Amino acid sequence: MSVCPIQGFSLNVVSDLQNMWCFEFMQHAAEAGTITAIIAGITGYFVVLRRSAFTAHAFSEIGFAGAAGAVVLGVAPLAGLLAGSILGGISIAILGRRVSNRDTQVGIVLAFSLGLGLLFINLYRGGYATATYSILFGEIIGVSSWEVTLTEVAGICVVAAMAVLYRPLLFASLDEDVAEAKGMPMLFLGTAFMLVVAVSVSFAVQVTGVLLIFSLMVTPAAAAQYLSKRPSHVIAFSVALALLATWVGLFVSFYTNYPVSFFITGLAFGAYIVVRLARWASKQGALSARSSSEQRQGA
Amino acid sequence: MHPIGRETRIVEAESLAAGYGQRAVWRDGFFSFGRGEFVAVIGPNGAGKTTLFRMLLGLQRPFAGSLSVLGDEPRRGNPRIGYVPQRHLIDSDTNIECLELVRLGLSGKRWGFNPFSTRDREDALAALDAVSARELAHRPLGALSGGELQRIFLAEALVSNPDLLLLDEPLSNLDIRRETDLLHLVNDVVRSRGVTALLIAHNINPLLPHLDKVMYIANGKIATGKPNEVLTSESLTALYGVQVEVLRDPHGNVAIIGVEEHHGDVL
Ligand SMILES: Nc1ncnc2c1ncn2[C@@H]1O[C@H](COP(=O)(O)OP(=O)(O)OP(=O)(O)O)[C@@H](O)[C@H]1O
Ligand SMILES: [Mg+2]
Repeated sequence: MSVCPIQGFSLNVVSDLQNMWCFEFMQHAAEAGTITAIIAGITGYFVVLRRSAFTAHAFSEIGFAGAAGAVVLGVAPLAGLLAGSILGGISIAILGRRVSNRDTQVGIVLAFSLGLGLLFINLYRGGYATATYSILFGEIIGVSSWEVTLTEVAGICVVAAMAVLYRPLLFASLDEDVAEAKGMPMLFLGTAFMLVVAVSVSFAVQVTGVLLIFSLMVTPAAAAQYLSKRPSHVIAFSVALALLATWVGLFVSFYTNYPVSFFITGLAFGAYIVVRLARWASKQGALSARSSSEQRQGA
Repeated sequence: MHPIGRETRIVEAESLAAGYGQRAVWRDGFFSFGRGEFVAVIGPNGAGKTTLFRMLLGLQRPFAGSLSVLGDEPRRGNPRIGYVPQRHLIDSDTNIECLELVRLGLSGKRWGFNPFSTRDREDALAALDAVSARELAHRPLGALSGGELQRIFLAEALVSNPDLLLLDEPLSNLDIRRETDLLHLVNDVVRSRGVTALLIAHNINPLLPHLDKVMYIANGKIATGKPNEVLTSESLTALYGVQVEVLRDPHGNVAIIGVEEHHGDVL
């Protein structure tokens, strides 16, 4: 096994990347980050379309309780995270069938699980602060190879599930009453989707942490919505933005030693702002073009 | 035009009652609609018009009595029914093109990822043509006016070539001009395709020139028949047991007075 040279940032991006790739932990981080960005970009589209951002956030906080519980029991936090958010997903899907009345129930479950997480963290004596910190703000640099494997398996499952659910879910999200009348299994669709979100959130928490979950699950999809009017294209843009934020975030963080989650959040936010500004500018352009042509016609 | 052996009775009800839990909303519904009939369903808020649609769609069981739809028990997901519900989730930031929604009316039930076949696309465009909304195909749903949206919903309901069309208050939010336009559209569809259409509305008058039948639901009772037979003082007074006035102006507009509130323009 060769030893990686400790090298600072140079202007040669290729050698910078080679240097970064030399470290095994960076390879793991890049692999897990890539898969996570893909699944978060896909499910994020439906999270935004169904206005379930609050629910997605709640999953991460329910997952927080699960992860904290797992730490107390000496189990891998990821296992607790998955168990917690999947349980939350099923209960929220069953409790709140209609989109409109879900917020309250989600909020109730969310508050309780944060409290529970706090209790677990207090029960845990060793490394209290680090454990909490990495769950809340992400720890992509530390993922182990089995966690990468698990992420791969989850990634394949989520992509496969979304491919199967795609059309009915789109229909049910856009036109709930008609989809119901057409005989779509609404409870099944809602529950299946919540499960997919729960799994995606659990893995995204590895990258961004509980508190910054929106930066992968919501921001890229929200920005992508402005880039196309066709759902399949929006999903492609959403994945692309999530990937971009993750990769550039990892790269910059490697050379600056500031947290990856910050850069991912910042880049996603930046992309959103740029897209909104570009859209605003193009609208203004269209408006002024129209008014000037009207003036010409009037003259 | 239609395959032989298809039933001519599209909807048939006998002593049908609608209700939720223990409470009946209306009772004693006897009606039957044939192929290609245009029927208006009118009545005050909460009379049970949407509930009738829910029973036809198989979303709710009859409270009592019997109901058959297209020769069968009502069942959820019957592909021969096109439906435009009263409320929609679409708001101004829905940045999805209209064509996509119309396509979903055709293929939204199918599992699996198939970014829509070209067949679907052509059928969806044909449905948009049928409601003269081809030019809206690539506009975002959130940017449409109320009248344009209603045409898209109509296209979504028509794209699967239904035999029965259920339109729940498609005229609400429309100005008089769009109201007339949409009614002409529905009428054209009914006449050219032999579709049976039930349309819920609050004002009967713009519909009168097109209608075959009218269904009047109020105070727990239903009157069904030809407009000039049902909408008379005598028949409604007999049905409700209280004095009901049906007023007509020289243009044929009606106003119903005495059952709760009047329906139609005040003269
Ligand atoms: N899910 C439900 N459970 C219990 N009662 C209901 C339910 N839905 C409707 N109702 C009641 O049934 C009655 C009929 O409702 P419906 O929605 O059919 O009225 P409508 O004629 O469509 O009225 P509107 O013109 O306001 O749309 C109302 O009194 C309503 O409160
Ligand atoms: Mg109604």
